[in-house]
Amino acid sequence: MSLVEIKGLSIRFGSLHNPIHAVRRVDLSIERGTIHGLIGESGCGKTISGMALLGLLPQSARVSADAFRFDGLNLLDVAKSLRGRRIAMISQDPAAALNPVLRIGRQMDDVLKSHSGLPRFQRRAAAEELLAATGLADPRRVLKSYAHQLSGGMQQRVVIAQALATGADFIIADEPTTALDVTVGAQVLALLKRLVQERALTVLMITHDMDVVAECCDSATVLYAGHTVEAGRTDELLAAPRHPYTQALLAALPDAVAKGERLASIEGHIPSPFAVIEGCPFAPRCASAMAVCRQAKPPERDDGNHCWTCHLEPHHG
Amino acid sequence: MHLMRYLLRRLVLSVFVVLGVTLLVFVVAQVVPSDPAALYAGPRPTAEQIETARKVLALDAPLHERFFSFAARMATGEFGVSYKTRRLIADDLSVFLPATLELAVFSTVLALLIGVPAGVLTAAGRGGLLDRLGSLGSIAAVAMPTFFLAMLLQAFFAQWLGILPLSGRLSKEFAVLAPLPSATGFNLVDSLLAGRPAAFFDTLSHLVLPALTLASYPAGVAMRLTRSAMIEILQRRHIVAARALGLSGSRILFGHALPNAIGPALTVVGLSFAYALTGAVLVEIIFAWPGLGRYVSEAILSKDFPVIAAATLVVTICYVAMNLLIDLAQAIFDPRVAL
Repeated sequence: MSLVEIKGLSIRFGSLHNPIHAVRRVDLSIERGTIHGLIGESGCGKTISGMALLGLLPQSARVSADAFRFDGLNLLDVAKSLRGRRIAMISQDPAAALNPVLRIGRQMDDVLKSHSGLPRFQRRAAAEELLAATGLADPRRVLKSYAHQLSGGMQQRVVIAQALATGADFIIADEPTTALDVTVGAQVLALLKRLVQERALTVLMITHDMDVVAECCDSATVLYAGHTVEAGRTDELLAAPRHPYTQALLAALPDAVAKGERLASIEGHIPSPFAVIEGCPFAPRCASAMAVCRQAKPPERDDGNHCWTCHLEPHHG
Repeated sequence: MHLMRYLLRRLVLSVFVVLGVTLLVFVVAQVVPSDPAALYAGPRPTAEQIETARKVLALDAPLHERFFSFAARMATGEFGVSYKTRRLIADDLSVFLPATLELAVFSTVLALLIGVPAGVLTAAGRGGLLDRLGSLGSIAAVAMPTFFLAMLLQAFFAQWLGILPLSGRLSKEFAVLAPLPSATGFNLVDSLLAGRPAAFFDTLSHLVLPALTLASYPAGVAMRLTRSAMIEILQRRHIVAARALGLSGSRILFGHALPNAIGPALTVVGLSFAYALTGAVLVEIIFAWPGLGRYVSEAILSKDFPVIAAATLVVTICYVAMNLLIDLAQAIFDPRVAL
């Protein structure tokens, strides 16, 4: 059984008559012990889906789903009690995610105090151990530091150590490398990969960067305008994308075009979150759109290890 | 290390503040249209008496000499005698200053203990019933005239419930029958030093009403400032991150958000401490509190300049010391302040 099983998740804000659709129809299935990518442009509902998993949506959000399960438990009921116990988060900008006026030691200790029940001196040892496990060279000095005294890479390692300190087995990493420079980002990804293996973690990697997916994700889900449009194993997804949006995304990568040529881009804009979408959400920007695409919801298609939603008949070969 | 350097810098600045106030007090005493010699000589003096007074006070010496001797006397605590009562000002101050400081410090602590948690809780329950009640309370606390609040408190706690004394600083049995030894002048401290808990609680019960009256304004302001700062901080990503890590609500509010949000409240309460030192005349009168405010206002009415000068300097020093404490507290809550 998958660790996370989401079917038809929808999250709306605002009035009942004129709602803002943050997430329209997201399906997401994550296997234990894997890193699963959640890809999409900004505004497609990646982060807010992650917040829903943590039970951290604002009161005004209206959530509904056909299935919204974590380890067999209905998250609509228990998200708050799992938060920080089995589900933790690594957020985008580590400088903003650490409290500026508290020492790292205090922040680590607060997490351990909330979850471990260890006495004080053991918590200190545990904190040092966790920081060392994330590759920080001098844990003692880091514990005494404030966030502004650490580099971005060190801050992100501290944030990861905090997530580990909760003892959670599922970690939502929201663009963990966006705020870091490329080499440090690569180190952080390598660290996450190692931790997943060593500690039997499962990670949801929220990102807009196909390179991140290619580098560390076992499988991935592509979102467009609050819809899951395609999902599957990473190698399948990258080698043989089925949905025109995934194809366009991959074509827009810099290394997909020869040197000196213009980069490919996707014309048009994502639909407004106020819009009512009748057919396929990608139809207005799709090169192979047909009349039916604008009128009817696309069918779900599956070729065994890869599923997508599109009106186009899959062509084999 | 940062902290020590920061405090030293503040300390040096404070010395300049005290020097500046000394100069200012001296200059003001020179330009006020009244003759110190005539005042010193007593009521209806003869020309001869005024002349003698002029010699005693060395008023004919050049200005800079007089300033330096004035500054030297102030520095050594030789404040001289009051023109009006002929009493040693240092003796008067040693009675009135501790009484005032005790009240001011107590009310400042009270303002922080009421205002800051109230601000935190109303921010946490923003828009709810608690928030609305808190807003109402803080507006009332700020807007209520001191004398009116004082009378309300007296009527309620002293008259109606009869659980707190109406006025004064000590009950008769401790003030007259078995007087406290005056080691520091602070009754709370003296009673503890003398090992007399009954006197300690008597002092405390006399402090509560005047301190509440004085604390009402700064507590109301501190609450508003803490509330708005907290509302801003609670949106920050590190608070969301702390929630995502499963920390408890109260630990997030008081342990993680409050240290970021307490700065403005500390500043305002520190400022109101200065007000409580000499501006609390009404409170002192209503509660028959033998404090500095009343002493100084009487001196001002009779142009008793040595008293005014001495009190001004002493208050300046207390205030500067309080500000140093506040700076220290700010730096402890937010280490970036000391950078």
